[in-house]
Amino acid sequence: MKNDYNKPLPIPQPESDKFWNGLKKKEIWVQKCSSTNQYQFYPRTHCIFHNQNDIEWVKVSGDSTLFTYAIVYQAPMHSFLDDVPYVNALVKLNEGPIIPSNIVDIEPDPSNFKIGMKLKPVFVNVNKNFTLLKFRPA
Amino acid sequence: MPNLNKLKNLSGKMSIVGVSESDQIGKVPEKSPLALHAEAAINALDDAGFHLSDVDGLFTAGWSTLDIAEYIGVQPRYTDSTSVGGSSFVIHIAHAIAAISAGYCEVALITHGQSGRSDRAPQERHLGIPMVQFEYPYGIIGPPSSYSLACSRYMYQYGEDRTRNAMAEIAVSTRKWANLNPKAYFYDKGMTHDDYHNSKWVSWPFHLLDCCLVTDAGAAIIITTNERAKNARKKGVNILGVGEGHDHSMISQMPDLTKAFGIKTGPQAIEMSGISINEIDLAMIYDSFTYTVLVSLENIGFCKPGEGPDFLLEKSIKPGGNFPLNTNGGGLSYTHPGMYGIFTIVEAVRKLRNEAENRQIENCNLALAHGTGGLLSSTATVVLGI
Repeated sequence: MKNDYNKPLPIPQPESDKFWNGLKKKEIWVQKCSSTNQYQFYPRTHCIFHNQNDIEWVKVSGDSTLFTYAIVYQAPMHSFLDDVPYVNALVKLNEGPIIPSNIVDIEPDPSNFKIGMKLKPVFVNVNKNFTLLKFRPA
Repeated sequence: MPNLNKLKNLSGKMSIVGVSESDQIGKVPEKSPLALHAEAAINALDDAGFHLSDVDGLFTAGWSTLDIAEYIGVQPRYTDSTSVGGSSFVIHIAHAIAAISAGYCEVALITHGQSGRSDRAPQERHLGIPMVQFEYPYGIIGPPSSYSLACSRYMYQYGEDRTRNAMAEIAVSTRKWANLNPKAYFYDKGMTHDDYHNSKWVSWPFHLLDCCLVTDAGAAIIITTNERAKNARKKGVNILGVGEGHDHSMISQMPDLTKAFGIKTGPQAIEMSGISINEIDLAMIYDSFTYTVLVSLENIGFCKPGEGPDFLLEKSIKPGGNFPLNTNGGGLSYTHPGMYGIFTIVEAVRKLRNEAENRQIENCNLALAHGTGGLLSSTATVVLGI
């Protein structure tokens, strides 16, 4: 764990505390609509599918597939200079919602990636307060 | 839902009577963004033959109209700071004709000014928004990383090689148009297909030459009723159709990565105009990236989803071709200060007024301008005619 972590960190809002606190315990909590059984990401105070607030929190495994990816060569901020090239991705949880993340433990070359490939979660502690949810090939 | 019957009554009732850039665009460290706003506004008023005191509606993005009005020296009776990225200024046209027709104002001034390259006081986003909370920690920050995620998905769905060839063609042909425009950042610099393919990666699948410029620039537009347009210095350009909207902010929330909101705004603007899309003589399509153009052409309805690469092969988009596209050199090779949308209108008006000198196209009577803002988030389409 690095103490000099200088990349952007989330500023959790009241409705997303449960998500970020869960990651610290290696748990992935997402919201599900009790009426329509649809999952939504990111956390909100209402269901975006039918405009009600009958949402429940559900713990999911993080088993997922690659929805799309890109390989960043030009760092968007100075704090990412040591990381390039790194892999951005949108990851589709098996339950349905799509979440933004990184793919790690893989050489960042397009020939190594196949959209639809199976992924597993990786919990990355960046400091004592925050754990990020990244993914690796299953 | 927009009421097309009502909108059709608005079609052709208002005109653009003045357009201009700031005195200089490109690398302009000696001027503040507010100065670029003001310079463009004064130039556009001069183009129209109007005076500052005629302006009673003010529209801008990225700034409060309070600051812009005070600096320029106007006291608007109607103001609109809708700021949804680079499409905003195209949206302002829709808002201006609504405000004028409802009687809130009569002469609308839309201003833009950004020192994307040289700003001494760059702006940052609010740190509590979901984009900053859920994407920034992973380095999904800024347009190249977000748009490349969408393009990668498009390539998966519709084929990487044909998509790549289309993107190369957009980059190279747009540069050829820039080589005809003395105001273009890359006026003096050519580009070959090899240059494109050999340029470094920014965010795969984007090469550097898939990405727009970062410049300093300002521009402004004057809109009024057809009645008052008769007093203008030049013949007004009719506003025939408009459409605006958005369906997400950050890229991970985009409903379909291969379809931006142009699927709604393009057809609306065309239908409101009462024309057929085949009649369009000039397409000015916001080119933050080559991919933005490809997907926008499909979204608006020039071709079907996934058929953009074939469309671009069948048509010819370079100077002298049968589908004039981004004839100022675009955000890719002319100028892109951050929010480029207003410049699509400036060029369309110049072409319709037959003022584009050596890059003029023959028989240009109908032009379509299409803005995309945010992270493929918002779009706005305008159809203009003379």
